[in-house]
Amino acid sequence: MDYFLNEEQLMIRDLARQIAEEKIVPVRAELDETGEFAWDVMKTLAQSDLFGLFIPEEYGGLGKGCLELSIAVEELSRACLGISTSFAANALGTYPILLFGTDEQKKKFLPDIASGKKLVAFGLTEANAGSDAGGTQTTAKLDGSEYVINGTKQWITNGGVADIYTIIAITDRSKGPRGASAFVVEKGTPGFSFGKKENKMGIRASATTELVFDNCRIPKENIIGKEGMGFVVAMKTLDNSRTGVGSQGVGVAQGAFEEAVKFARQRVQFGHPIITFQAIQHMLADMGTSIEAARALVYAVARFIDSGAKDVSKESAMSKLFATDVAMKVTTDAVQILGGSGYMKEYPVEKMMRDAKILQIYEGTNQIQRNVIGQALIKEAARNK
Amino acid sequence: MKIVVCIKQVPDTAEVRINPETNTLVRDGVASIINPYDMHALEAGLQMREAAGAGTVTALTMGPPQAENALREAVSMGIDEGVLLTDRAFAGSDTWATAYTLAKAIEHIGADIIICGKQAIDGDTAQVGPEIAEFLQIPHVAYVRKIDSLKDGSIIVQRLMDDGYDIVESSLPVLLTVVRELNVPRMPSLKGKMAAKKAVIRQMKASDLKADVNSLGLQGSPTQVRNIFAPEAKKDRKMLEGSSEEKVDQLLKELAGLKCL
Repeated sequence: MDYFLNEEQLMIRDLARQIAEEKIVPVRAELDETGEFAWDVMKTLAQSDLFGLFIPEEYGGLGKGCLELSIAVEELSRACLGISTSFAANALGTYPILLFGTDEQKKKFLPDIASGKKLVAFGLTEANAGSDAGGTQTTAKLDGSEYVINGTKQWITNGGVADIYTIIAITDRSKGPRGASAFVVEKGTPGFSFGKKENKMGIRASATTELVFDNCRIPKENIIGKEGMGFVVAMKTLDNSRTGVGSQGVGVAQGAFEEAVKFARQRVQFGHPIITFQAIQHMLADMGTSIEAARALVYAVARFIDSGAKDVSKESAMSKLFATDVAMKVTTDAVQILGGSGYMKEYPVEKMMRDAKILQIYEGTNQIQRNVIGQALIKEAARNK
Repeated sequence: MKIVVCIKQVPDTAEVRINPETNTLVRDGVASIINPYDMHALEAGLQMREAAGAGTVTALTMGPPQAENALREAVSMGIDEGVLLTDRAFAGSDTWATAYTLAKAIEHIGADIIICGKQAIDGDTAQVGPEIAEFLQIPHVAYVRKIDSLKDGSIIVQRLMDDGYDIVESSLPVLLTVVRELNVPRMPSLKGKMAAKKAVIRQMKASDLKADVNSLGLQGSPTQVRNIFAPEAKKDRKMLEGSSEEKVDQLLKELAGLKCL
């Protein structure tokens, strides 16, 4: 369907697609097998200016918005969700600085992020704090002109490979959710190290590690926003990034759908290509329809965010929820259409199905998305009473 | 340092078909691309400019007006300027007339280093690059697979041979033709693509060149294409199967049977 993208948006789509097809498709199976980080692809993405898409021009980026980022993420996800996760997590880690950073912080960090010279990671999750961010145990205590950070973040995407980390830590436990603050920590800071690299079911080309802070001292200026704003920073960051997860869902679903169509046209049973059978056609019809619906919602929400709308929590949660549930269903059905072949690693759909599962889990499980939507509905109803 | 890269727009051979009735290439609906070897030439030019930290890379092509797209693609990779030689007077040029015309344009633009792909994938002659050098009366090195050094008005390169490579030193100006092993061509960048959209492609006509009009186009071409045809496919083929040793045994028997041995 034509979404009336402008010339620059089409340019972004074509470039991301070219990189996906020429540089990612040939290596994705091997990266999935070995779990190696795709440094070569990251270098190509950097040279192509894609890391700077959503960063303002004054800081070396292209000054585009959520829609342009979504378009790029979708194309990369169509080829490999592991690589697109590394790319999208970079935006996730950058949003705290972009949305709440001081001009000095932006000048210091954004140009290297825009050029792709430095990768970024976002650290919120801990052993006892995932869906319940209130369970955060990592602390930051002001000591003279420095904050001293102690604690461990877990399952952090781009852990170890990123140079810049935006993390949430408790500065005043007595204040509950208002006692958390956001900080920038640079790799190489004494007292900051990485735990083991996780062995994952999918998105294996992305790096996931623990971040370990042991009396890690960072300059006072590295706080993002004010003390106590940590959860606001985290929530606004996720509001902006969730649509990106939705576009990951659209992309991986599209990739699996195309494989299913291709296979169904080639595979002959009972003397006919299986695509001529109504059972297959109906599955493909449902897959195609749900992908288009997901894409339409993701683009609409991205445009809504780019319009400068103040509260986008509900809409961004909806786009993430719907598009990632579609991704799980479509990739599963793609494996089904490929049958025994689909279960084999010679074909890319089993990887797509394993990869897709994370989309229903990370950046807020889809159950949490429903909570966000539900709470917004309650608020709206109360307002309209 | 001024670098000129000669590029050619060619049909994407992955999609090329031959019309069996007319025996000519079916060009309708076939995408055009920059000749793949020329992509390596562009990359080489960009790397030389980057290593020197100064200089310009100009891409030059001769062709119909739509060849401008190839130059815009080169701009999106980061070259400084695209020059299109387009004129009815150039039509029908063979390699001789093409090289003459490009050489005249290069005299006009000025160049310390001229880089070409080793050959174009449509004509496959590999003649135009060296011929340009002859017209310009400058040295050339064909089949360059590595640039060892470039400084103080001299260049040392490795020339790919069938059984190894030669190391060749040349003074500047020089013309190089390059092979795939030289580098990996970069992807375009978004900023480059945006610049390419707005870029002004300089056009040059026959009258802009100090050229002998009798040496241009069909008139200036000593060779002319009479006919293009697809060779008849021979059907009496036999594929040998098995291990290498078994295949050699079978081959010897077959050759003996045919009284070739």
